[in-house]
Amino acid sequence: MTAPLPRLPRPLRLAALPLPLPPLSLFLGAVTRRMVKSHPEMTRRLGDYGGHRFLIDPLDLPWLLLLHPADAAMTAHRRARPPAHDARIAGPLSAFLAMMHGAEDGDALFFSRDLTVEGDTAAVLALRNAIDDAELDLAEELATLSGPLATPLRGLLTGAERATGLTLHRMTRLDDFA
Amino acid sequence: MMELVCPAGTPAALRAAVEAGAHAVYCGFADETNARNFPGLNFTPEDMAEAVTFAHARGAKVLVAINTFPRAGAEPLWHRALANAEAAGADAVILADIGLLAHAADRHPALRRHLSVQAAAANPDAINLYASAFGVRRVVLPRVLTVQEIAAINREIDVETEVFVFGGLCVMAEGRCSLSSYATGKSPNMNGVCSPASHVAYAEEGRDLAARLGGFTIHRTPKGAPAPYPTLCKGCFTSDGQTGHIFEDPVSLDATQLIPELAKAGVSALKIEGRQRSRAYVAQVVRAFRAAVEAQAAGRPMPETMLARLTEGQKATTGAYAKTWR
Repeated sequence: MTAPLPRLPRPLRLAALPLPLPPLSLFLGAVTRRMVKSHPEMTRRLGDYGGHRFLIDPLDLPWLLLLHPADAAMTAHRRARPPAHDARIAGPLSAFLAMMHGAEDGDALFFSRDLTVEGDTAAVLALRNAIDDAELDLAEELATLSGPLATPLRGLLTGAERATGLTLHRMTRLDDFA
Repeated sequence: MMELVCPAGTPAALRAAVEAGAHAVYCGFADETNARNFPGLNFTPEDMAEAVTFAHARGAKVLVAINTFPRAGAEPLWHRALANAEAAGADAVILADIGLLAHAADRHPALRRHLSVQAAAANPDAINLYASAFGVRRVVLPRVLTVQEIAAINREIDVETEVFVFGGLCVMAEGRCSLSSYATGKSPNMNGVCSPASHVAYAEEGRDLAARLGGFTIHRTPKGAPAPYPTLCKGCFTSDGQTGHIFEDPVSLDATQLIPELAKAGVSALKIEGRQRSRAYVAQVVRAFRAAVEAQAAGRPMPETMLARLTEGQKATTGAYAKTWR
Protein backbone atom coordinates (compact mmCIF):
# COMPACT_ATOMS: atom_id res chain seq x y z
CA MET A 1 0.00 0.00 0.00
CA THR A 2 1.55 3.31 -1.01
CA ALA A 3 -1.31 5.84 -0.60
CA PRO A 4 -1.27 8.07 2.50
CA LEU A 5 -3.08 6.58 5.46
CA PRO A 6 -6.73 7.67 5.64
CA ARG A 7 -7.92 9.68 8.66
CA LEU A 8 -11.20 8.97 10.37
CA PRO A 9 -13.86 11.13 8.65
CA ARG A 10 -14.80 14.19 10.72
CA PRO A 11 -18.50 13.22 11.12
CA LEU A 12 -17.45 9.90 12.67
CA ARG A 13 -15.00 11.67 14.95
CA LEU A 14 -17.71 14.05 16.12
CA ALA A 15 -20.15 11.17 16.57
CA ALA A 16 -17.63 9.39 18.79
CA LEU A 17 -17.24 12.39 21.13
CA PRO A 18 -20.35 11.94 23.29
CA LEU A 19 -20.11 8.13 23.55
CA PRO A 20 -20.16 7.09 27.22
CA LEU A 21 -16.98 5.27 28.22
CA PRO A 22 -18.34 2.45 30.46
CA PRO A 23 -20.46 0.75 27.76
CA LEU A 24 -17.70 1.39 25.22
CA SER A 25 -15.22 -0.36 27.53
CA LEU A 26 -17.64 -3.28 27.98
CA PHE A 27 -17.86 -3.67 24.20
CA LEU A 28 -14.08 -3.39 23.68
CA GLY A 29 -13.53 -5.90 26.49
CA ALA A 30 -15.88 -8.42 24.89
CA VAL A 31 -14.10 -8.14 21.51
CA THR A 32 -10.65 -8.42 23.14
CA ARG A 33 -11.66 -11.44 25.24
CA ARG A 34 -12.97 -13.18 22.16
CA MET A 35 -9.77 -12.49 20.19
CA VAL A 36 -7.47 -13.63 23.00
CA LYS A 37 -9.55 -16.79 23.52
CA SER A 38 -9.61 -17.72 19.85
CA HIS A 39 -5.89 -17.00 19.32
CA PRO A 40 -4.05 -18.64 22.23
CA GLU A 41 -0.73 -18.45 20.34
CA MET A 42 -0.90 -14.67 20.74
CA THR A 43 -0.60 -15.03 24.53
CA ARG A 44 2.29 -17.49 24.13
CA ARG A 45 4.19 -15.10 21.86
CA LEU A 46 3.69 -12.20 24.27
CA GLY A 47 5.21 -14.20 27.14
CA ASP A 48 5.88 -12.01 30.18
CA TYR A 49 4.95 -8.90 28.19
CA GLY A 50 1.31 -10.04 28.43
CA GLY A 51 1.30 -8.50 31.91
CA HIS A 52 2.22 -5.06 30.55
CA ARG A 53 -0.28 -2.25 30.04
CA PHE A 54 -0.29 -0.82 26.51
CA LEU A 55 -1.74 2.62 25.90
CA ILE A 56 -3.11 2.69 22.35
CA ASP A 57 -3.51 6.29 21.23
CA PRO A 58 -5.57 6.56 18.02
CA LEU A 59 -4.89 10.22 17.32
CA ASP A 60 -8.10 10.77 15.35
CA LEU A 61 -10.38 9.38 18.08
CA PRO A 62 -11.46 11.28 21.18
CA TRP A 63 -10.37 8.53 23.58
CA LEU A 64 -7.32 6.51 24.58
CA LEU A 65 -7.46 2.72 24.79
CA LEU A 66 -5.69 0.69 27.47
CA LEU A 67 -4.87 -2.91 26.55
CA HIS A 68 -3.94 -5.41 29.26
CA PRO A 69 -3.41 -8.74 27.47
CA ALA A 70 -3.01 -10.85 30.62
CA ASP A 71 -6.61 -10.00 31.61
CA ALA A 72 -7.80 -9.99 27.99
CA ALA A 73 -9.04 -6.48 28.78
CA MET A 74 -9.34 -3.25 26.84
CA THR A 75 -10.84 -0.09 28.30
CA ALA A 76 -11.51 3.41 26.93
CA HIS A 77 -10.26 6.54 28.72
CA ARG A 78 -10.61 10.28 28.31
CA ARG A 79 -7.56 11.97 26.81
CA ALA A 80 -7.43 14.37 29.74
CA ARG A 81 -6.95 11.45 32.15
CA PRO A 82 -4.52 8.94 30.62
CA PRO A 83 -4.21 5.75 32.72
CA ALA A 84 -0.88 4.35 33.99
CA HIS A 85 0.87 2.33 31.30
CA ASP A 86 4.17 0.63 30.39
CA ALA A 87 4.21 1.61 26.72
CA ARG A 88 2.34 4.01 24.46
CA ILE A 89 1.76 3.59 20.72
CA ALA A 90 0.27 6.57 18.89
CA GLY A 91 -0.95 7.00 15.33
CA PRO A 92 -4.10 7.31 13.24
CA LEU A 93 -6.75 4.62 13.76
CA SER A 94 -6.20 3.48 10.16
CA ALA A 95 -2.55 2.63 10.97
CA PHE A 96 -3.52 0.35 13.85
CA LEU A 97 -6.22 -1.39 11.82
CA ALA A 98 -3.97 -1.82 8.76
CA MET A 99 -1.16 -3.25 10.87
CA MET A 100 -3.51 -5.57 12.74
CA HIS A 101 -4.91 -6.94 9.48
CA GLY A 102 -1.60 -7.43 7.68
CA ALA A 103 -2.09 -4.55 5.23
CA GLU A 104 0.74 -2.39 6.55
CA ASP A 105 4.13 -3.16 8.04
CA GLY A 106 4.75 -1.83 11.56
CA ASP A 107 8.38 -0.89 10.90
CA ALA A 108 7.39 0.99 7.73
CA LEU A 109 4.78 2.95 9.71
CA PHE A 110 7.52 3.78 12.20
CA PHE A 111 9.95 4.86 9.44
CA SER A 112 7.30 7.13 7.93
CA ARG A 113 6.49 8.58 11.39
CA ASP A 114 2.85 7.48 11.09
CA LEU A 115 3.36 5.53 14.33
CA THR A 116 5.31 6.64 17.38
CA VAL A 117 6.33 4.53 20.33
CA GLU A 118 7.21 5.50 23.89
CA GLY A 119 8.04 3.45 26.96
CA ASP A 120 8.95 -0.25 26.90
CA THR A 121 10.04 -0.81 23.29
CA ALA A 122 10.53 -4.56 23.77
CA ALA A 123 6.93 -4.95 24.97
CA VAL A 124 5.66 -3.05 21.93
CA LEU A 125 7.71 -5.27 19.63
CA ALA A 126 6.37 -8.42 21.28
CA LEU A 127 2.78 -7.15 20.94
CA ARG A 128 3.28 -6.21 17.30
CA ASN A 129 4.77 -9.61 16.45
CA ALA A 130 2.14 -11.56 18.40
CA ILE A 131 -0.71 -9.73 16.67
CA ASP A 132 0.91 -10.10 13.24
CA ASP A 133 1.24 -13.85 13.65
CA ALA A 134 -2.35 -14.22 14.92
CA GLU A 135 -3.80 -13.00 11.59
CA LEU A 136 -6.73 -11.28 13.32
CA ASP A 137 -9.90 -10.30 11.50
CA LEU A 138 -11.92 -7.64 13.32
CA ALA A 139 -14.89 -7.79 10.94
CA GLU A 140 -15.19 -11.54 11.41
CA GLU A 141 -14.85 -11.31 15.20
CA LEU A 142 -17.58 -8.66 15.34
CA ALA A 143 -19.82 -10.71 13.06
CA THR A 144 -19.38 -13.79 15.27
CA LEU A 145 -20.16 -11.76 18.40
CA SER A 146 -23.33 -10.39 16.86
CA GLY A 147 -25.02 -13.80 16.51
CA PRO A 148 -28.07 -13.67 14.21
CA LEU A 149 -27.09 -10.21 12.99
CA ALA A 150 -23.79 -11.53 11.56
CA THR A 151 -24.81 -11.42 7.90
CA PRO A 152 -26.15 -7.84 7.82
CA LEU A 153 -23.22 -6.69 9.97
CA ARG A 154 -20.70 -8.16 7.50
CA GLY A 155 -22.38 -6.15 4.73
CA LEU A 156 -22.37 -3.04 6.87
CA LEU A 157 -18.68 -3.40 7.69
CA THR A 158 -17.76 -3.95 4.04
CA GLY A 159 -19.60 -0.73 3.20
CA ALA A 160 -17.90 1.11 6.08
CA GLU A 161 -14.52 -0.11 4.88
CA ARG A 162 -15.20 1.20 1.40
CA ALA A 163 -16.50 4.55 2.65
CA THR A 164 -13.76 5.29 5.19
CA GLY A 165 -10.67 3.55 3.76
CA LEU A 166 -10.13 1.78 7.11
CA THR A 167 -8.97 -1.84 6.89
CA LEU A 168 -11.54 -3.86 8.82
CA HIS A 169 -10.80 -7.35 7.55
CA ARG A 170 -7.71 -9.57 7.33
CA MET A 171 -5.64 -9.43 4.14
CA THR A 172 -5.81 -12.95 2.80
CA ARG A 173 -5.02 -12.79 -0.88
CA LEU A 174 -2.02 -11.31 -2.60
CA ASP A 175 -4.38 -9.19 -4.68
CA ASP A 176 -5.26 -7.33 -1.48
CA PHE A 177 -1.82 -5.69 -1.65
CA ALA A 178 -2.21 -4.42 -5.20
CA MET B 1 16.00 -19.53 -12.28
CA MET B 2 17.93 -18.02 -9.37
CA GLU B 3 16.60 -19.22 -6.01
CA LEU B 4 14.69 -16.61 -4.01
CA VAL B 5 15.39 -17.00 -0.27
CA CYS B 6 12.87 -15.11 1.85
CA PRO B 7 12.59 -14.20 5.54
CA ALA B 8 9.98 -15.34 8.07
CA GLY B 9 9.89 -14.34 11.72
CA THR B 10 6.58 -16.09 12.39
CA PRO B 11 4.57 -18.97 10.90
CA ALA B 12 2.15 -16.39 9.43
CA ALA B 13 5.05 -14.65 7.67
CA LEU B 14 6.31 -18.00 6.37
CA ARG B 15 2.92 -18.76 4.87
CA ALA B 16 2.85 -15.28 3.32
CA ALA B 17 6.33 -15.82 1.83
CA VAL B 18 5.44 -19.19 0.32
CA GLU B 19 2.16 -17.90 -1.10
CA ALA B 20 3.97 -14.88 -2.59
CA GLY B 21 6.40 -17.11 -4.49
CA ALA B 22 9.41 -17.80 -2.25
CA HIS B 23 11.53 -20.72 -3.46
CA ALA B 24 12.98 -21.04 0.06
CA VAL B 25 12.18 -19.46 3.41
CA TYR B 26 14.69 -18.96 6.21
CA CYS B 27 13.64 -18.80 9.84
CA GLY B 28 14.92 -19.67 13.31
CA PHE B 29 14.01 -20.96 16.74
CA ALA B 30 12.78 -18.67 19.53
CA ASP B 31 16.03 -18.53 21.47
CA GLU B 32 19.64 -17.36 21.35
CA THR B 33 20.53 -19.76 18.53
CA ASN B 34 19.44 -17.39 15.80
CA ALA B 35 20.52 -13.86 15.00
CA ARG B 36 16.99 -12.42 15.09
CA ASN B 37 16.18 -13.26 18.71
CA PHE B 38 13.57 -10.52 19.20
CA PRO B 39 10.50 -10.51 21.48
CA GLY B 40 7.44 -12.24 20.03
CA LEU B 41 9.31 -13.65 17.02
CA ASN B 42 10.44 -17.05 15.83
CA PHE B 43 9.42 -20.68 15.93
CA THR B 44 8.98 -23.44 18.48
CA PRO B 45 10.14 -26.91 17.30
CA GLU B 46 6.45 -27.73 16.73
CA ASP B 47 5.93 -24.52 14.71
CA MET B 48 8.98 -25.45 12.63
CA ALA B 49 7.71 -28.94 11.81
CA GLU B 50 4.33 -27.50 10.73
CA ALA B 51 6.08 -24.79 8.69
CA VAL B 52 8.19 -27.38 6.84
CA THR B 53 5.10 -29.46 6.07
CA PHE B 54 3.32 -26.34 4.76
CA ALA B 55 6.27 -25.23 2.63
CA HIS B 56 7.06 -28.66 1.21
CA ALA B 57 3.44 -29.18 0.22
CA ARG B 58 3.80 -26.07 -1.96
CA GLY B 59 7.23 -26.86 -3.37
CA ALA B 60 9.20 -24.45 -1.16
CA LYS B 61 12.22 -25.19 1.03
CA VAL B 62 12.81 -24.22 4.66
CA LEU B 63 16.29 -23.19 5.78
CA VAL B 64 16.83 -22.94 9.54
CA ALA B 65 19.21 -20.23 10.74
CA ILE B 66 21.22 -21.39 13.76
CA ASN B 67 23.69 -18.65 13.15
CA THR B 68 24.87 -17.30 16.48
CA PHE B 69 28.06 -18.35 18.23
CA PRO B 70 27.48 -20.79 21.14
CA ARG B 71 28.58 -19.73 24.60
CA ALA B 72 31.07 -22.03 26.29
CA GLY B 73 29.15 -24.41 28.53
CA ALA B 74 25.82 -23.73 26.82
CA GLU B 75 26.47 -25.77 23.66
CA PRO B 76 23.51 -28.16 24.26
CA LEU B 77 21.07 -25.35 23.32
CA TRP B 78 22.70 -25.05 19.88
CA HIS B 79 23.05 -28.83 19.50
CA ARG B 80 19.33 -29.26 20.29
CA ALA B 81 18.47 -26.65 17.67
CA LEU B 82 20.34 -28.68 15.03
CA ALA B 83 18.57 -31.89 16.07
CA ASN B 84 15.19 -30.10 16.07
CA ALA B 85 15.85 -28.65 12.60
CA GLU B 86 16.64 -32.11 11.24
CA ALA B 87 13.63 -33.65 13.00
CA ALA B 88 11.38 -30.95 11.51
CA GLY B 89 12.57 -31.92 8.02
CA ALA B 90 14.46 -28.69 7.27
CA ASP B 91 16.16 -28.58 3.87
CA ALA B 92 19.31 -26.96 5.26
CA VAL B 93 20.72 -25.24 8.31
CA ILE B 94 22.51 -21.90 8.14
CA LEU B 95 25.48 -21.93 10.52
CA ALA B 96 28.32 -19.57 11.40
CA ASP B 97 30.31 -21.15 14.23
CA ILE B 98 33.16 -23.53 13.38
CA GLY B 99 32.45 -25.75 16.38
CA LEU B 100 28.78 -26.02 15.48
CA LEU B 101 29.65 -26.73 11.84
CA ALA B 102 31.93 -29.56 13.00
CA HIS B 103 29.19 -30.93 15.26
CA ALA B 104 26.63 -30.75 12.42
CA ALA B 105 28.98 -32.47 9.95
CA ASP B 106 29.68 -35.21 12.50
CA ARG B 107 26.21 -35.80 14.02
CA HIS B 108 23.88 -34.68 11.23
CA PRO B 109 25.80 -35.46 8.04
CA ALA B 110 22.67 -35.68 5.90
CA LEU B 111 21.55 -32.17 6.88
CA ARG B 112 22.67 -29.70 4.20
CA ARG B 113 24.90 -26.97 5.60
CA HIS B 114 24.96 -23.34 4.47
CA LEU B 115 27.44 -20.83 5.81
CA SER B 116 25.75 -17.83 7.41
CA VAL B 117 26.71 -14.27 6.56
CA GLN B 118 27.59 -14.13 10.27
CA ALA B 119 30.73 -16.13 9.44
CA ALA B 120 31.93 -13.19 7.31
CA ALA B 121 33.62 -15.48 4.78
CA ALA B 122 34.60 -12.96 2.12
CA ASN B 123 37.42 -14.63 0.17
CA PRO B 124 38.01 -17.93 -1.67
CA ASP B 125 40.48 -19.27 0.91
CA ALA B 126 38.00 -18.93 3.77
CA ILE B 127 35.11 -20.35 1.74
CA ASN B 128 37.13 -23.30 0.46
CA LEU B 129 38.18 -24.11 4.03
CA TYR B 130 34.53 -24.19 5.20
CA ALA B 131 33.66 -26.36 2.19
CA SER B 132 36.46 -28.87 2.60
CA ALA B 133 36.49 -29.09 6.41
CA PHE B 134 32.75 -29.00 7.12
CA GLY B 135 31.03 -29.89 3.86
CA VAL B 136 29.41 -26.47 3.46
CA ARG B 137 27.38 -26.42 0.23
CA ARG B 138 26.43 -22.76 0.05
CA VAL B 139 27.88 -19.55 1.46
CA VAL B 140 25.95 -16.37 2.16
CA LEU B 141 28.35 -13.60 1.17
CA PRO B 142 28.88 -10.52 3.37
CA ARG B 143 27.31 -7.27 2.18
CA VAL B 144 30.65 -5.57 1.61
CA LEU B 145 31.65 -7.02 -1.78
CA THR B 146 31.31 -5.55 -5.26
CA VAL B 147 29.75 -7.58 -8.08
CA GLN B 148 33.22 -7.93 -9.62
CA GLU B 149 34.62 -9.30 -6.36
CA ILE B 150 31.73 -11.79 -6.14
CA ALA B 151 32.47 -12.96 -9.70
CA ALA B 152 36.16 -13.38 -8.81
CA ILE B 153 35.28 -15.41 -5.69
CA ASN B 154 32.90 -17.64 -7.65
CA ARG B 155 35.67 -18.49 -10.12
CA GLU B 156 37.76 -19.94 -7.29
CA ILE B 157 35.19 -21.91 -5.30
CA ASP B 158 32.97 -24.94 -5.93
CA VAL B 159 30.09 -24.12 -3.59
CA GLU B 160 26.97 -22.07 -4.27
CA THR B 161 26.85 -18.40 -3.33
CA GLU B 162 23.85 -16.50 -1.97
CA VAL B 163 23.75 -12.70 -1.75
CA PHE B 164 21.41 -10.17 -0.18
CA VAL B 165 19.33 -8.16 -2.63
CA PHE B 166 16.90 -6.30 -0.39
CA GLY B 167 16.42 -4.98 3.12
CA GLY B 168 18.42 -3.78 6.08
CA LEU B 169 22.05 -3.25 5.27
CA CYS B 170 24.74 -4.44 7.68
CA VAL B 171 27.98 -2.76 6.66
CA MET B 172 30.23 -4.34 9.30
CA ALA B 173 32.30 -7.53 9.36
CA GLU B 174 29.24 -9.54 10.29
CA GLY B 175 29.60 -11.83 13.25
CA ARG B 176 32.48 -9.69 14.49
CA CYS B 177 30.71 -6.38 15.18
CA SER B 178 30.77 -5.24 18.79
CA LEU B 179 29.07 -1.85 18.47
CA SER B 180 25.73 -2.99 19.88
CA SER B 181 27.46 -5.13 22.54
CA TYR B 182 29.38 -2.06 23.68
CA ALA B 183 26.23 -0.01 24.13
CA THR B 184 23.96 -2.68 25.61
CA GLY B 185 26.03 -5.55 27.00
CA LYS B 186 24.11 -7.94 24.73
CA SER B 187 25.74 -9.38 21.65
CA PRO B 188 24.26 -9.69 18.15
CA ASN B 189 26.68 -12.54 17.59
CA MET B 190 26.08 -14.57 20.76
CA ASN B 191 22.64 -13.50 22.03
CA GLY B 192 21.15 -12.87 18.60
CA VAL B 193 20.16 -9.27 19.26
CA CYS B 194 21.58 -6.26 17.45
CA SER B 195 20.15 -3.15 19.16
CA PRO B 196 17.95 -5.20 21.53
CA ALA B 197 14.54 -3.61 21.96
CA SER B 198 14.93 -3.87 25.74
CA HIS B 199 17.69 -1.25 25.49
CA VAL B 200 15.99 1.06 22.98
CA ALA B 201 14.07 4.16 24.06
CA TYR B 202 12.31 6.76 21.94
CA ALA B 203 11.28 10.20 23.11
CA GLU B 204 9.59 13.15 21.39
CA GLU B 205 11.83 16.09 22.35
CA GLY B 206 10.60 19.37 20.95
CA ARG B 207 10.20 18.77 17.22
CA ASP B 208 12.70 15.90 17.20
CA LEU B 209 12.34 12.18 17.77
CA ALA B 210 15.31 11.09 19.88
CA ALA B 211 16.38 7.44 19.71
CA ARG B 212 18.60 6.05 22.45
CA LEU B 213 20.38 2.73 22.68
CA GLY B 214 21.69 1.75 26.10
CA GLY B 215 21.45 5.39 27.13
CA PHE B 216 23.42 6.72 24.15
CA THR B 217 21.52 9.11 21.89
CA ILE B 218 22.16 7.83 18.39
CA HIS B 219 19.66 9.82 16.32
CA ARG B 220 17.64 13.00 16.50
CA THR B 221 15.20 12.90 13.64
CA PRO B 222 13.44 16.18 12.77
CA LYS B 223 9.66 16.18 12.41
CA GLY B 224 8.59 14.81 9.04
CA ALA B 225 11.92 13.10 8.27
CA PRO B 226 11.99 9.29 8.01
CA ALA B 227 12.94 7.57 11.27
CA PRO B 228 15.80 5.04 11.09
CA TYR B 229 16.38 1.83 13.07
CA PRO B 230 18.20 2.46 16.35
CA THR B 231 21.49 0.89 15.20
CA LEU B 232 24.86 2.43 16.01
CA CYS B 233 26.31 1.73 12.55
CA LYS B 234 23.72 4.12 11.10
CA GLY B 235 23.78 6.58 13.97
CA CYS B 236 24.21 10.30 13.45
CA PHE B 237 27.04 11.67 15.56
CA THR B 238 28.86 14.94 16.12
CA SER B 239 32.64 14.90 16.11
CA ASP B 240 35.07 17.80 15.74
CA GLY B 241 32.13 20.10 15.11
CA GLN B 242 30.82 18.00 12.21
CA THR B 243 27.55 16.08 12.38
CA GLY B 244 26.82 13.13 10.13
CA HIS B 245 26.47 9.40 9.65
CA ILE B 246 29.95 8.15 10.43
CA PHE B 247 29.63 4.59 9.11
CA GLU B 248 26.62 4.43 6.80
CA ASP B 249 23.49 6.43 6.02
CA PRO B 250 20.20 4.93 7.21
CA VAL B 251 19.20 3.51 3.85
CA SER B 252 18.21 0.03 2.71
CA LEU B 253 19.57 -2.29 0.07
CA ASP B 254 17.69 -2.76 -3.18
CA ALA B 255 19.77 -4.58 -5.80
CA THR B 256 16.91 -5.44 -8.16
CA GLN B 257 18.57 -3.79 -11.14
CA LEU B 258 21.81 -5.71 -10.46
CA ILE B 259 20.17 -9.17 -10.59
CA PRO B 260 21.30 -9.88 -14.18
CA GLU B 261 24.90 -8.94 -13.26
CA LEU B 262 24.73 -11.09 -10.11
CA ALA B 263 23.53 -14.00 -12.24
CA LYS B 264 26.47 -13.48 -14.62
CA ALA B 265 28.78 -13.37 -11.58
CA GLY B 266 27.70 -16.93 -10.78
CA VAL B 267 25.40 -16.23 -7.83
CA SER B 268 22.89 -19.08 -7.19
CA ALA B 269 20.49 -17.54 -4.70
CA LEU B 270 19.13 -14.11 -3.79
CA LYS B 271 18.27 -13.31 -0.21
CA ILE B 272 15.75 -10.86 1.20
CA GLU B 273 16.49 -9.48 4.67
CA GLY B 274 13.74 -8.94 7.25
CA ARG B 275 12.87 -11.73 9.66
CA GLN B 276 11.88 -9.00 12.12
CA ARG B 277 9.33 -7.60 9.68
CA SER B 278 5.60 -8.29 9.34
CA ARG B 279 3.76 -10.57 6.96
CA ALA B 280 2.70 -7.44 5.03
CA TYR B 281 6.36 -6.65 4.27
CA VAL B 282 7.12 -10.26 3.40
CA ALA B 283 4.18 -10.60 1.02
CA GLN B 284 4.92 -7.39 -0.87
CA VAL B 285 8.70 -7.77 -1.12
CA VAL B 286 8.64 -11.46 -2.05
CA ARG B 287 6.06 -10.91 -4.74
CA ALA B 288 8.14 -8.08 -6.26
CA PHE B 289 11.35 -10.14 -6.24
CA ARG B 290 9.68 -13.27 -7.60
CA ALA B 291 8.67 -11.15 -10.59
CA ALA B 292 12.26 -9.92 -10.87
CA VAL B 293 13.89 -13.38 -10.86
CA GLU B 294 11.34 -14.60 -13.38
CA ALA B 295 12.16 -11.60 -15.58
CA GLN B 296 15.89 -12.36 -15.27
CA ALA B 297 15.35 -16.00 -16.22
CA ALA B 298 13.32 -14.96 -19.26
CA GLY B 299 15.86 -12.32 -20.31
CA ARG B 300 13.41 -9.46 -19.76
CA PRO B 301 14.39 -6.09 -18.21
CA MET B 302 14.22 -5.86 -14.44
CA PRO B 303 10.93 -4.41 -13.15
CA GLU B 304 10.79 -1.41 -10.80
CA THR B 305 10.06 -2.80 -7.35
CA MET B 306 8.38 0.33 -5.87
CA LEU B 307 9.22 -0.81 -2.35
CA ALA B 308 10.87 2.34 -0.99
CA ARG B 309 8.08 3.00 1.50
CA LEU B 310 8.86 -0.28 3.26
CA THR B 311 12.54 0.50 3.72
CA GLU B 312 14.61 2.16 6.41
CA GLY B 313 15.30 5.71 5.34
CA GLN B 314 12.49 5.32 2.76
CA LYS B 315 15.18 5.25 0.08
CA ALA B 316 17.36 2.55 -1.39
CA THR B 317 21.00 1.96 -2.21
CA THR B 318 22.84 -0.70 -4.18
CA GLY B 319 25.16 -0.98 -1.19
CA ALA B 320 28.68 -2.23 -1.76
CA TYR B 321 27.73 -3.95 -5.04
CA ALA B 322 28.35 -0.66 -6.82
CA LYS B 323 29.88 1.38 -4.02
CA THR B 324 31.79 4.61 -4.16
CA TRP B 325 33.46 4.78 -0.76
CA ARG B 326 33.87 8.14 0.94
